[in-house]
Amino acid sequence: MEKKKSGSRFFTSGYLILVMLFIYLPILYVMVFSFNDSKSMISFSGFSTRWYEAMFENREMLESIYYTVVVALIATAVSTVVGTIAAIGLSKARPLIRSAILEINNLPVLNPDIVTAISLMLLFLSVKIQRSIVTLTLAHITFCIPYVILSVMPKLRQLDDNVAEAALDLGATPWQALTKVIIPQVYPAIFSGALIAFSMSFDDFVISFFTAGVDVQNISMYVYSMKRFNPSVNALSTLIVIAVTLILVAANLIPALKERKNKKEET
Amino acid sequence: MKSFFRMSYPYILWIALFIVAPMFMILLYAFTRSSSGAITFKFTLENFSRFLSDPTFLKVLWTSLRIAFITTVCCILIGYPAALFIANLPEKRQTLMTLLLTLPMWINMLLKTYAWRGILMNFEMESEIKVFIGMVYDFLPYMIIQIHTAIAKLDRELLTAAYDLGANKWKSFLKVTLPLSVPGIISGITLVFLPAVSSFVIPKLLGGGNYVLIGNLIETYFLVAGDWNFGSAISLVMALIIIVSMYLTKKLDTSTEEG
Repeated sequence: MEKKKSGSRFFTSGYLILVMLFIYLPILYVMVFSFNDSKSMISFSGFSTRWYEAMFENREMLESIYYTVVVALIATAVSTVVGTIAAIGLSKARPLIRSAILEINNLPVLNPDIVTAISLMLLFLSVKIQRSIVTLTLAHITFCIPYVILSVMPKLRQLDDNVAEAALDLGATPWQALTKVIIPQVYPAIFSGALIAFSMSFDDFVISFFTAGVDVQNISMYVYSMKRFNPSVNALSTLIVIAVTLILVAANLIPALKERKNKKEET
Repeated sequence: MKSFFRMSYPYILWIALFIVAPMFMILLYAFTRSSSGAITFKFTLENFSRFLSDPTFLKVLWTSLRIAFITTVCCILIGYPAALFIANLPEKRQTLMTLLLTLPMWINMLLKTYAWRGILMNFEMESEIKVFIGMVYDFLPYMIIQIHTAIAKLDRELLTAAYDLGANKWKSFLKVTLPLSVPGIISGITLVFLPAVSSFVIPKLLGGGNYVLIGNLIETYFLVAGDWNFGSAISLVMALIIIVSMYLTKKLDTSTEEG
């Protein structure tokens, strides 16, 4: 019996290791080959940082990183503010109106990206707005807001309405009730909504591809339009993997550390 | 409290401009034709009949559905055991495994697909298999996480009860765990099948230039051919198929709950 049990445990951990290897294979692969001395993606001929140097000399690639970051930052800031305010407003709306607006809000989440993309492209073209970094940013804000609302709304609905009501009764202005009572209570949800919005914008390809002009491209568009294989992309991917890991670890650690600190202060 | 509702006015204006109006544009273009760049406001089904009567287009639609279907099945077959095994781990390990599964989701899909292109350059294989690998890779974590969430929520007492009543491991899996994890599989399907149907990056990067799915067709008609009316009609057909399949999966979900 004992033997059988350890046998099945061997099987299950083996299986999980294989699945994880599959999921991490391309990530490890680009990390290794970003340090390859030659252009080959097949054989590793020696250690070098030449692709990192090449990356920092590649104007087009640096520009795409710049556009990606700028658009993601603006889209995150605007969508977090607009989305949070809208969610607070909607949580006080009549149920029928609320659910109707939330249905529309869900459209960009549920629709295939390509449908959202061409719908926005048709809008911009038919009112004769040149596609540029402005239209790109507008499109990103549009598909980011729903994620902020979806993240903040459930937390808002758990809140006790009476607390904000009490603040108003005690003479707080609606603005004070909002900033001193409501927002502090849903802060973590706003933060995770902003994080999702940032990653959605940072990683987007399809919607950007249809709504940016000819002279603006983000990282995804740059990689897509590359004619020949370029190992500098491996260097870029490696840097992004490291950044994502750090951000995710920090996002998971900071709340845990805060909680520990709070507990210490309580005792 | 009512004054708070006013706070959502800017957002309502925003969705009217950037979600509702653009959707109407697709409808408008799909049911009209343009002459010399300007739209002629005359209702027509020409775009749809052109799509539905041409075997080449129908073949592309069929290939997209077939690939999305096989990708979904593969994700369930590989993902289900993984989700089950993770759910059986101690709690701390489960959190670690979910974090490990989420991490790659945050990394740009284009970059991951490009990495696969590098790996698959080492192998001689059909382009369709390369597309499959890329698709299953991209969607597998979503499937595992959905199924794992459903299994982790499951009441352990039910399994103990099943054992007490004399069920063996297999029987209790088939009668307890599997039926109760169906909602997880269903939400996994919606997260895999629907985006897989419309995917056009993976076929382009891994399948080479001659591998066309419906997403690629829409791209071509919008950006190369410049026929927005026909492109809109194709995307409406695709959206319709997606809505119908979503409705059917939801129905499957409620019927298993009742049964």
